[in-house]
Amino acid sequence: MVDNKQCPVSDFEISGIELEASLPNQYASIAEPCSEDCDTKFTIEEDCSSCKPEQYCCIEINNICINFGKAKIIEDVSLKIYRNAVTAIIGPSGCGKSSFLCGINKLTDLFPNCQVNGSVKFEWDHSIYTQKASLLRRHVGMLFQKPNPFPFSIRKNLEFPLREHGISDPYEISVKVEKALSDVGLWDEVKDRVDESALSLSGGQQQRLCLARALILEPSVLLMDEPCSALDPMATKKIEGLIQELSKKMTVILVTHNLSQAKRVADHVALFWKTDNIGRLIEYGSVDDFFGQPKHELTKTYLEFG
Amino acid sequence: MHTRSNNDKAIYRKTITDRIFWSVIAVGAVIASLIMVLIVIFLVVESYDFIDRVGVLHFVTDDGWWPLDQLYNLTPMLVASLGVSFGALAIASPLAIIFSVYCVFYNKGWWQGFFERIVDVTAAIPTVIYGFWGLMVVVPIMNKFTSHGVNLFSGMLVLAMMIFPTIAMLTTSALKSVPFNQIQGATALGVRRSSLIKKIALPHAKPGIVMAMILGITRAIGETMVVLMLCGNVVQFPSSLFDPTRTLTANIALEMPYAMGDHRSSLFVTGLMVLIVVSILVIISEVYANRKRTMNH
Amino acid sequence: MSTTTFAHNTKKHNANDWLATTVIYIFSALVLIALALPIGEIIINGYDKLSFDFITQLPEDSGRSGGISSILASTALIVLIAMITATPLALCTAIMLTEYLPEHSLRSSIIRGSLDVLAGVPSVVFGLFGLAFFCQTLELGYSILAGGLTLSCMILPTLSRSITSALHTVGDEYRISGAALCLSRLSTLWHVTLPVVLPGIAVSVLLGLTRAIAETALLLFTSGYSDKMPSSITDSGRSISVHIYELATNVPGGQQSAYGSALVLLLSLLLLSVLLHLTTHKLQRRMIRG
Repeated sequence: MVDNKQCPVSDFEISGIELEASLPNQYASIAEPCSEDCDTKFTIEEDCSSCKPEQYCCIEINNICINFGKAKIIEDVSLKIYRNAVTAIIGPSGCGKSSFLCGINKLTDLFPNCQVNGSVKFEWDHSIYTQKASLLRRHVGMLFQKPNPFPFSIRKNLEFPLREHGISDPYEISVKVEKALSDVGLWDEVKDRVDESALSLSGGQQQRLCLARALILEPSVLLMDEPCSALDPMATKKIEGLIQELSKKMTVILVTHNLSQAKRVADHVALFWKTDNIGRLIEYGSVDDFFGQPKHELTKTYLEFG
Repeated sequence: MHTRSNNDKAIYRKTITDRIFWSVIAVGAVIASLIMVLIVIFLVVESYDFIDRVGVLHFVTDDGWWPLDQLYNLTPMLVASLGVSFGALAIASPLAIIFSVYCVFYNKGWWQGFFERIVDVTAAIPTVIYGFWGLMVVVPIMNKFTSHGVNLFSGMLVLAMMIFPTIAMLTTSALKSVPFNQIQGATALGVRRSSLIKKIALPHAKPGIVMAMILGITRAIGETMVVLMLCGNVVQFPSSLFDPTRTLTANIALEMPYAMGDHRSSLFVTGLMVLIVVSILVIISEVYANRKRTMNH
Repeated sequence: MSTTTFAHNTKKHNANDWLATTVIYIFSALVLIALALPIGEIIINGYDKLSFDFITQLPEDSGRSGGISSILASTALIVLIAMITATPLALCTAIMLTEYLPEHSLRSSIIRGSLDVLAGVPSVVFGLFGLAFFCQTLELGYSILAGGLTLSCMILPTLSRSITSALHTVGDEYRISGAALCLSRLSTLWHVTLPVVLPGIAVSVLLGLTRAIAETALLLFTSGYSDKMPSSITDSGRSISVHIYELATNVPGGQQSAYGSALVLLLSLLLLSVLLHLTTHKLQRRMIRG
């Protein structure tokens, strides 16, 4: 299972195009249609709810490097993300945390001059990363820093990804919409106005709608890029509660600037740091070890500031 | 710019040269704004007498366009102008939208900006060259199928080529203004490129695309050389796509060099009509833009 | 559990995606070919005609043979007159709008609105105006001067719009710091603002030049048809685009010369386009460095 060889994933729509020329066409490399039937059904053999999460590696990341044109963003990051746990990624601004997160669901494809090298393996399908971007992104949901609901109605925001992935039965859709909205605690707040524009919601509600939109595809992994940084403390608290709730069912990777938030919700913590202008992984461990007995000097310094 | 208000006029030191300079600038600006007024005055003055004498109805109900026999029906030419322009728009705009989608969402590799530059360059090609090319290439081909190579359809086709760059350039910039976080959000949900374009990008760019189309048709109605050279210049209601016809602008260009007296005045009326049609389109686009702006706020 | 229960068929979606991609590729290719056709046609057919003699000799036999030297001279004069008269006016308007008048005042909306309407006026209407005003009221007749002046009215909105936006790119900080140094508005403009926007103004002028050279309809009945070498600007003169129109429609057997003239016109526009591109690039580099 462990494969340390650097495997270039560049044959999937990542091309090294010059920085200057790329601007007009930043969207040129969005998922191309996949020729095969993207319809595989995944099951995980063992039931592991009774096992300690540490024993089950959900994502194995080996020697991942991300370059923007000639600039290196992160270099040689290897880590194992554990199943049904919250992994927090912390570090100063510009150390490549967000790029790392986009590398996991191949959102880096949106930047034509961005190259990702290294291997990312998901426990349920080892080859999914190099093959089917749209399928990968169905199973790896993502929540962004700023809420980005589409300018449709609340219902259509949730229907759109479902229809896109081949679910068109109205009854099934309405069941799933209600479940997703209930899961994020939004159903009671908006059940009378699901056909109103999603943009009429408050910031915190919008962010929860975006979470519902990601959850409606029933992902196994959820990536969160500073999901609370644009929200007020109340909304932050709600989202944090949801993260802990969600981590019982899925693997969560959370990028955050907020050390106390990492301490509150995370099971594992990774510290990224920028040395020689390149982001690297400095320390990675369980939340108790990380905050209790940090090994690396940089970690100690960073924790003092927090 | 809103920081500069009336009360900061005082912040500058005022010298004699400054005052002189101000008057020079003011005179220039006044002359520039007066040109529009002058154009309208001249068109109205040249045609008012005539309209007053003949009556507006004659431009609609006369038996045809025989200005030397005092018959001044402009409607066939108005219909031809609108027909040619809307036809050209119908050909050019779908292609322009497809091409812009290609440029923004599909095009990659070394020729990235190259296609957009080609469109830039073709936008600068003089219309007389399009007309000449149509005469040399499109008309002979058309002659093989119908008796009149110079007809409504030839004009429409070449006019479509002429307005294509305008529409394509504006559509491209409208598509590029789709917020990145929407694209990002949709892509992170595993949305395929075609649905992303159909459901997210095109709806978002719609106001920009409509404006591009209005600008395209404004250019098409005002265009003279292509329709003059390719539409056949026979004054009649076109009964089919392949009938020769004459537009308002071609009428002016064709008869102005030798027109005298009432004939000449009738051509000024034609010019006034072109100006009215174009102004209506400009007003529609302004109203549309304003409504979109207020809707967004 | 992290078991996923999606078992729906997405084949239809993939087929749609493939279809959309194919349609887009095919139509884009067609469009590119269509755009290249006129240029290719002119280059291929005009290439034979293009020579040093063609540019330097006078037209003979209504332009069927000989060169286009007098045509080029007339064109140059017309365009020169148009630029000389339009550029200062546009510059005045732009300075008025950006430096003196507050953004939303009545006066600035009048100037702006009048220029916006002017930009939508079809060139043939400018032609009518030129004929009535310059040729007849001012008694200039069919002349290079009348044509040039009419042309300058037509390019004025384009020019002043782009110069205005060039001046707008200079932030208010420059002006405020100029005022803080107790400079007059004029010296702030002259020493601070203008040097910064000079490349932007150059781009605008080139843009106006491109439009002026390409224009035909308005010159048909303001500058006349004479293909003689003009001896003064009150002579009648034929611009190169009018020459192409004449050869293509009214002179049987004039096609070869028309191709040659069209190629000369295209090449000069291409040259301008390259210049424009270079200036813009220089401008951007300066902005980045500065």
